[in-house]
Amino acid sequence: MTTTANAPASSSTSGNEPYLVVDDLTVKFPTADGLVHAVSNLSYSVELGKTLGIVGESGSGKSVSSMAVLGLHDTRSARITGSIKVGGQEVVGLSEGKMREMRGNKAAMIFQDALAALHPFFRVGAQLAEAYLVHHPDASKKQARARAVEMLDRVGIPEPHSRVDDYPHQFSGGMRQRVMIAMGLINDPSLLIADEPTTALDVTVQAQILDLLQDLQREFNSAIVMITHDLGVIAEMADDVMVMYSGRAVEYGTVRTIMTKPEMPYTWGLLSSIPDVSSDVNTKMVPIPGTPPSLLTPPPGCAFEPRCTHRDKVAGGLCGTALPELRPASDGHGHLKRCHLTDADSIFQTEVLPDVAPATSEEN
Amino acid sequence: MFGFVVRRLLSSLLVILLASFAVFALFYLGPNNPAQPVCDSAGGSRCTPERLEAIEKSMGLDKPVVVAYGTFMKGIVAGREVTIGAATYDCDAPCLGIAYGSRGEVTEELKGRIVPTILIAVGGSIVYLVIGVTVGIMAAARRGSLGDRLLVSGSLIVSSIPYYLICLLAWLYLTLKTDIFPETGYFPITEDPLKTFSGLLLPCLVLGIASSPVYARYTRGQMVETLGDDYIRTARAKGLGGRTVLLKHGLRAAMVPIVTIFGLDFGILLAGTVFTEKIFGIDGIGRWGLDAISAPQDLPVLTATVLVGAIFIVISNLIVDLVYGALDPRVRLG
Repeated sequence: MTTTANAPASSSTSGNEPYLVVDDLTVKFPTADGLVHAVSNLSYSVELGKTLGIVGESGSGKSVSSMAVLGLHDTRSARITGSIKVGGQEVVGLSEGKMREMRGNKAAMIFQDALAALHPFFRVGAQLAEAYLVHHPDASKKQARARAVEMLDRVGIPEPHSRVDDYPHQFSGGMRQRVMIAMGLINDPSLLIADEPTTALDVTVQAQILDLLQDLQREFNSAIVMITHDLGVIAEMADDVMVMYSGRAVEYGTVRTIMTKPEMPYTWGLLSSIPDVSSDVNTKMVPIPGTPPSLLTPPPGCAFEPRCTHRDKVAGGLCGTALPELRPASDGHGHLKRCHLTDADSIFQTEVLPDVAPATSEEN
Repeated sequence: MFGFVVRRLLSSLLVILLASFAVFALFYLGPNNPAQPVCDSAGGSRCTPERLEAIEKSMGLDKPVVVAYGTFMKGIVAGREVTIGAATYDCDAPCLGIAYGSRGEVTEELKGRIVPTILIAVGGSIVYLVIGVTVGIMAAARRGSLGDRLLVSGSLIVSSIPYYLICLLAWLYLTLKTDIFPETGYFPITEDPLKTFSGLLLPCLVLGIASSPVYARYTRGQMVETLGDDYIRTARAKGLGGRTVLLKHGLRAAMVPIVTIFGLDFGILLAGTVFTEKIFGIDGIGRWGLDAISAPQDLPVLTATVLVGAIFIVISNLIVDLVYGALDPRVRLG
């Protein structure tokens, strides 16, 4: 997945070439307290029709890296290096005018809290029509409105002809998120970045929204980047998963690999933190101790070292002194991990899995 | 909606009545005797205690304040005869009394003085809204830049200079010493509107420019807050241009509190621009009221100015409430 750095830039994407290619992306913010290393040396890619899930805690850099894809950072305050290619076009360093042509058109974004993310004083129809008109300057207002109604209907809003004239606060949370999705998809973008689209919703509504996104993906064949801190959402939606911690990718693989054979202790921690309703009530939910390190002064070694309960298994205190590379894991083939542990797979099977899911480990 | 307006109008009426009664009562119960200046100014013969008492009686000052207030209110509705000293005046409805000083009908004098005050309030407001809001938006769009910091510190300096000093300096240097604004003052709009305009231009500019830093800072604050909101990020993510994001999405939201503050400020301005009128020699409500407080005090004039001021402020409050509902769909009144 990192081999695309030398790939020739082409304006059109063939079937197999990833639509979004992020290579060695670094985002830093100068602040009064010093330079914040929000994202460091991040690389990933997403093909059309595929979904990449990015998981991590707040402050792990998952939203910051995605905002960089749309160039939404303030160019005066963010220092962005590396490369981001959307449909073959380099985005880092692109002029604001060119960037605007892409935003909401080739690549769109759905935000988490739709009540805050929709303008409270404009009717949803006007907000949708505006998103359409800005990329279809020749369309009439009537056409834009018809398109808005069509999209509201497509995302499952009942009576779209009358709801189009309502304000965002007149919708329920789930319906509002549907409006947000309709707005994101109104220009048929090839890339959709969904930044925790279900975080603010009830679980039942969450499932509906995820279903809707999957339906729409099948229909439009778009590439989706799904940002979340919820591994349940990942399991439901993603093809590939990238786990982020403290601004770096710490594990990468197919959703199956990450869910069943994770090899990075932070990923184990995430899995252990999920409450499982179907399991034995005696199963312990194991929270990850401590808090993420400061992004102002990143530790010299592995960023997760202070919180890692397995660091003693690495000889010479290497975890505290040397940053592990993102290397192929023991099962190889596209599974990458940033960890010094050499026998991570067996530690997971013998020590971690019994805590996470006692039933499955007994069967083994 | 209709019920809301009716309720608000009724409570507004109560506020106006209470305000006028309070002034009436304060005046009555205060240390000065309204009959004294009338007695003194009678000329010729000296003011004897008997004479003073007779004047008090003729003016109704011997009656309790509630009765006097009742008489006053009746005059507004039906008109009445007013006796001051030896003279009796026929005062038609709406009768606000006869001014002690000029001996003219207060209602008539009010009509003449309300026009310049409204003109100054409107003109000044236009100036400070245009300058203040524009500068505030520009500063918010470039927050943290040198221009922004200059605005913030500069506006602090301007707003810490007393307003009457700005007025006085403007009048001294722009009207007296130079010929930039040669004819400052109020000239009746019915005679020569152009002259009215040129005469009020300087007062309006001074009032507007002196108030604009407050609006610039307030607008800047509201805009900075709004521009940090999620829906601004959404607007940018749609691919909208910077100007559209700033002026359509940003200003639309920041405008609501600005309009609210403006409505209240405008009501206060209509109640009388005291310093502006006094220094530029304009016969408006503010100066009229100021003169009525200075000895010899003029109860009917004072009551009239308070009444007019209360009405303006209450109405502007009501309009602000209604406009607020129109601007923010989330608080539509039921």
